Amino acid sequence: MADGALPILEMKGISKRFPGVQALSGVDLRLFAGEVHAIMGQNGAGKSTLIKVLTGVHPADTGHILLEGAEIRPTSPLDAQRLGISTVYQEVNLCTNLSVAENIFIGREGSHGFAIRWKEMRRKAAEQLAELNLHIDVTAPLSSYSIAVQQMVAIARSLSAKARILILDEPTSSLAEEEVRLLFSVIRRLKSHGMGILFITHFIDQTFEIADRITVLRNGERVGEFPTAALSRITLVTKMVGREIAEAGARRTQAAAAPGAAAQEAAPFLRAEGLGKKGSVHGVDLEVRPGEALGLGGLLGSGRTETARLLFGIDRPDEGALHVAGVETDLSRPLDAIQRGIGFCPEDRKLEGIVGELSLRENIILALQSKLGIFRNLSRRRQQEISDEYIAKLGIVVPDAEMPVAKLSGGNQQKALLARWMATDPRMLILDEPTRGIDVAAKAEIMGQVLDLCDRGMAVLFISSEMEEVLRYSDRVAVMRDRRKVAEMASGDADEHTVFQIIAGGQA
Amino acid sequence: MNAGAGRPAEGGVAAAAQAMRAFTRRRIFWPLATLVLLLLFNLISNPHFFSITIRDGHLYGSLVDILNRAAPLMIISMGLTLVIATHGIDVSVGAVVAISAAVAATLIGGQLVISGGMQDVSRYPLPLVILAALAVAALCGMWNGLLVSYVGMQPIIATLILMVTGRGVAQLITSGQIITIYYSPFYFVGNGWVLGLPFSFFLVGAVLAAVLVLARRTALGLFIEAVGVNPVASRFAGVRARSITFWVYALCGFCAGIAGLIVSSNVKSADGNNAGLLFELDAILAVVLGGTSLAGGRFSVVGSLVGALVIQALTTTIYAAGVPPEVTLVVKALVVFAVSILQSDRVRNRLGALVGNEEVAR
Repeated sequence: MADGALPILEMKGISKRFPGVQALSGVDLRLFAGEVHAIMGQNGAGKSTLIKVLTGVHPADTGHILLEGAEIRPTSPLDAQRLGISTVYQEVNLCTNLSVAENIFIGREGSHGFAIRWKEMRRKAAEQLAELNLHIDVTAPLSSYSIAVQQMVAIARSLSAKARILILDEPTSSLAEEEVRLLFSVIRRLKSHGMGILFITHFIDQTFEIADRITVLRNGERVGEFPTAALSRITLVTKMVGREIAEAGARRTQAAAAPGAAAQEAAPFLRAEGLGKKGSVHGVDLEVRPGEALGLGGLLGSGRTETARLLFGIDRPDEGALHVAGVETDLSRPLDAIQRGIGFCPEDRKLEGIVGELSLRENIILALQSKLGIFRNLSRRRQQEISDEYIAKLGIVVPDAEMPVAKLSGGNQQKALLARWMATDPRMLILDEPTRGIDVAAKAEIMGQVLDLCDRGMAVLFISSEMEEVLRYSDRVAVMRDRRKVAEMASGDADEHTVFQIIAGGQA
Repeated sequence: MNAGAGRPAEGGVAAAAQAMRAFTRRRIFWPLATLVLLLLFNLISNPHFFSITIRDGHLYGSLVDILNRAAPLMIISMGLTLVIATHGIDVSVGAVVAISAAVAATLIGGQLVISGGMQDVSRYPLPLVILAALAVAALCGMWNGLLVSYVGMQPIIATLILMVTGRGVAQLITSGQIITIYYSPFYFVGNGWVLGLPFSFFLVGAVLAAVLVLARRTALGLFIEAVGVNPVASRFAGVRARSITFWVYALCGFCAGIAGLIVSSNVKSADGNNAGLLFELDAILAVVLGGTSLAGGRFSVVGSLVGALVIQALTTTIYAAGVPPEVTLVVKALVVFAVSILQSDRVRNRLGALVGNEEVAR
């Protein structure tokens, strides 16, 4: 990536205006062959708009795009792909019910005439995956593989189009750490072949691990382009946010030692004894007290989400017992849990959390209305009051509460979900990866609100793959491995290293 | 004085234009516009089209006729609207119409009793007949609801089962006969008059009121839309998605039952093979014309009513305009095609761009 060399891609003075918003103003971007270039910025900074301009989804209002020195004007993602710019999106947009091979060649089988040459297609698919160091059965349906593998297939698909530039839009947001490592090894391989890679992510650690240079965007403007080596984490975050931020958190370990101790005295709000379900988790013992945050750590697939599903009545346990507020309880549906004062922010915000087409107002009052039942209808005015209250309280950025929630940014959607539960006045909140895919400021606001409620007596079960977050936000930490709880300790007594040892199978 | 009066008038015009623009964005606008256009077309080709005369204290005229004939379809469309809003479909409504008609006719009995003139004889009292027919129809709906919500079958397959077997059931009930109804009090359902208006108006009004109260005065409408958009997220938010789906299908069956009573009363017989034939398709069309998406979510009961009226007005117009019978279906298809195209956001954005409006932000 010698600076004297010509960039493989150059975007100059790109501006884009949507009705009511200046999404990009005069943004420059340079990408060299053989480098990984990260685009960082908070939600709404203009990262996705920039990518959409580059891939021809939106035309730019002003500015030029130069590909190897020649001006291009992609008119559609397909057009961009033909020019050698391929994109792998955050949500894998492949057909999961088709085979791996079909997914790689979908829309392109026709190039051999009318008939599909299945054998050749399979052989080529296997070859392309082997190039990414992935050796799997290409005739199996895509859905039988993990998200990480699906993402690799998406990459393989874009590579088979002879791409010179690969755009990875939040590729790691649903991956476990090991899967990220696999993805990164693929990225490094592609980089060594001279490909230019644009990497968009929220994960600061990952940026520092993989990126050569970083372009920071804020409010649709370019803050600057920096070699990764010349930036510290805290300066990067400061540039993204545009103001000095205190290291978010550090709350539980020091500040809350006192309430944490008081909580030890109280009777547990929720107590699971040997809770389990066939094909899910086994023998889970958990206690969460009022005013206490219990962290639940472990790798993706270790049984954290499955545990949450049992506690919230989504799945029914077939072994063990569950006590809520001191009473043995059988939760047969989420409504049962809600009526006992439990709320649950699920891991998959889009699929299990928001009701996209409905308005922000309706999304906020939905759980409260369910709790009240069909016939105790909240008046429109009351609904407005409730939603306005939480929009203000959580700082949800939205022109008005009637906007479909699907049009909000990830951070605002997560806040809407939190608002939904806060409106029900819960006694316990289960948060499954509440900070995934949202920006630093929103993360701090959300966790601030949750911990504030916790200080006032709410119980919290906090699930996250990021051990550092789990330790920071919780009083106690339970660690899961292979669908069992393997350890539990006070957050103050543990550091990331010891927890990772437990996760990796070392001694507790 | 003049200058002073001019300003508010201009403001008024601007406000009216604003209101008009807001109105064109609403879901109900296109079906309503189609209906108005159809009626205008009739008015031009036949100046007497809108005239309503009073005979024997009853109102007669093409408009009354359209409303009256559309009644069964309107009632079915309302029930189906809720089903479609849950991202479901019910293709069995036509068969349920036949079943309801068969139950009513069988319970009345098909004998013509003549002793000193025609006698009105029914095997069972009329209220019982009506209750039984509606109950059987609601049971049919519950069967669909059971398959969809608790067994987890895809709605089109689940209701296809009843669509196919329903006509067989109807024939079983009538022992394979077309039962003629000679009991004149039953004629009132489809042919009676109250306050100078056809009784079916009041049936439509009652169903509309009941559905609107259920959907908008309780939280049912919100829950139905939530389930239609995202059943998993709705369940996680405490919505009893299964039981709501179940009852919505039951309600749809019940509506089809009412339509069955009107149809059998209209033609004074119950024909298991032909009563309500292809009603399901017209009803789906009415709902879609009314602006409710087959993908579920937002729904408009009034829109579906207008959709049903468009379909009936179209049929009446085609006959009135003297379109040769061999091309009527093509004309009908063209109009439906045009309305559907106009309702697509993509087409409307393109048209808007042609007119010079700013592109609607996605």
